[in-house]
Amino acid sequence: MIGWLTRHLQSLLFAAGRLARAPLSTAFTVLVIAIALTLPTAFGLAILSVRDATGNFAEAVDVSVYFKQGISLEQAQRLASNARQRAGVARVNLISADEALKSFRSQSGFGAALDVLGDNPLPHALDVRPRPDATSPAQMESLRKYFAAWPEVELVQVDSEWVQRLNAILDLLRRLVLGTSVLLGLGVLAVIGNTIRLEIYSRRAEIEVTKLVGGSNAFVRRPFLYTGLFYGLLGALLAALLVALGMYLLGAPVSRLATSYGSTFRLLSPGIREVGGLLAVGMLLGLTGAWLAATRHLARIEPRA
Amino acid sequence: MIRFDRACKRYPNGREALSGASFEIAAGEMVFLTGRSGAGKSTILKLIALLERPTRGLVMVNGRNTAALSSRKIPAFRRELGMVFQDHRLLPERSVFDNVALPLHAAHLPLREMDKRVRAALDQVGLLDRAKSLPLELSVGEQQRVGIARAVVVKPTLLIADEPTGNLDPALSLEIMGVFKRFNEVGVTVVIATHDVEIVKSWGTRELLVADGRVQDPKSELSELPIMEAQR
Repeated sequence: MIGWLTRHLQSLLFAAGRLARAPLSTAFTVLVIAIALTLPTAFGLAILSVRDATGNFAEAVDVSVYFKQGISLEQAQRLASNARQRAGVARVNLISADEALKSFRSQSGFGAALDVLGDNPLPHALDVRPRPDATSPAQMESLRKYFAAWPEVELVQVDSEWVQRLNAILDLLRRLVLGTSVLLGLGVLAVIGNTIRLEIYSRRAEIEVTKLVGGSNAFVRRPFLYTGLFYGLLGALLAALLVALGMYLLGAPVSRLATSYGSTFRLLSPGIREVGGLLAVGMLLGLTGAWLAATRHLARIEPRA
Repeated sequence: MIRFDRACKRYPNGREALSGASFEIAAGEMVFLTGRSGAGKSTILKLIALLERPTRGLVMVNGRNTAALSSRKIPAFRRELGMVFQDHRLLPERSVFDNVALPLHAAHLPLREMDKRVRAALDQVGLLDRAKSLPLELSVGEQQRVGIARAVVVKPTLLIADEPTGNLDPALSLEIMGVFKRFNEVGVTVVIATHDVEIVKSWGTRELLVADGRVQDPKSELSELPIMEAQR
């Protein structure tokens, strides 16, 4: 066991020393790997941020019910209390035409234009919130039909539509990022494989001599596997750093922009889970790439005496 | 120790390097393989070290039939014998010590044991004080001695050398052959391919003459027997 450990430690140090002795070419390879890992991580994190921020909306599937012009406030109140009786309805808010006008006047900045109109053009409206366990598309549709059937109602608007649309868009983006990640991962595999291949051929004489004096394939391959592991690890570390830096630099402007729209949206920065996952993926790719290249090319190098 | 029985080797390009070579080398012997270039000396050494396998016939080394040895067992097999090359094949960017230690690394020897064995091997070829040097800082003769130290560091029972004095002047050649001789005296079987006729003649050790892909023992009248055996 100790022998096995020393053996691996030797190969590890040997591989590390070799990388350190060619800092420039090592740096370039690591940079390429880091960029390939940074892009999907950053996009994935951005999507996670958006999903996180819209998570609250997902339940906020309110139904807005607009009454016809000329319906009196008393009628509207009566209908509102009817609606409260319906199963699956959590809360019904009556927004009178006057209240609506007041808030519209203060928020929209069209106050002067409204004054010209004289009459209040806005109808009474209901803001209906369904119970959280009654928000399936079928239940929402039946709720919409229930209100639409009233003769006093002009228009029923289901707000959940845009949430569903957003979720669909996010899902699409997530799949795109997933697909790109797979492609970039294959790219990393190819970069590491090719780097290892070049290194194997530049050390051909050494490999031949090692085999001549009785080095097994596993013995010859081991330092190359560690080299691949290091490339993957260093690339992933740099990628984590780049992502954290990018999120930090974009964080302030993004939250300023979000605040100006009255949103509390914030970019997530990579946590332990994300960084750990990134490092694991990096090392796995490095090891796999090195394994593929070493197994393939080392078998071709047989000593000639 | 080594037995060839009608061993043939035909290379993929069609050249037949050995056509029915038969000979035996006993344990503890020192034997010179002589003959013109291309006669098949190197091929015999390659068959012994399992760098090549015979196309036909039998090659027994250390009591084992090399044809029956799987590729996975070749590394362990090679660790039991020492090989010395004409161009010594040292790794130029590693120190003398590291070059000699390479076979022990491959054998996964503990570090402390490794240090002891490398120093002993370098001491035996008289280069202990050059352990930290790079091979290119040494003279040609010293480089060849490092090559020998690397071959004997695994304490092999069999030492094979392909033209170990090919690049050396007569005085150095004698010195290198003397190193081999010392190892033979402590019981190591030594097989050296050479065309250094002077040394072979003056040394008086057994000589196997390789010609036209066959092996003759100049001192034995039975050397033509293999042909008759083949007809039988």
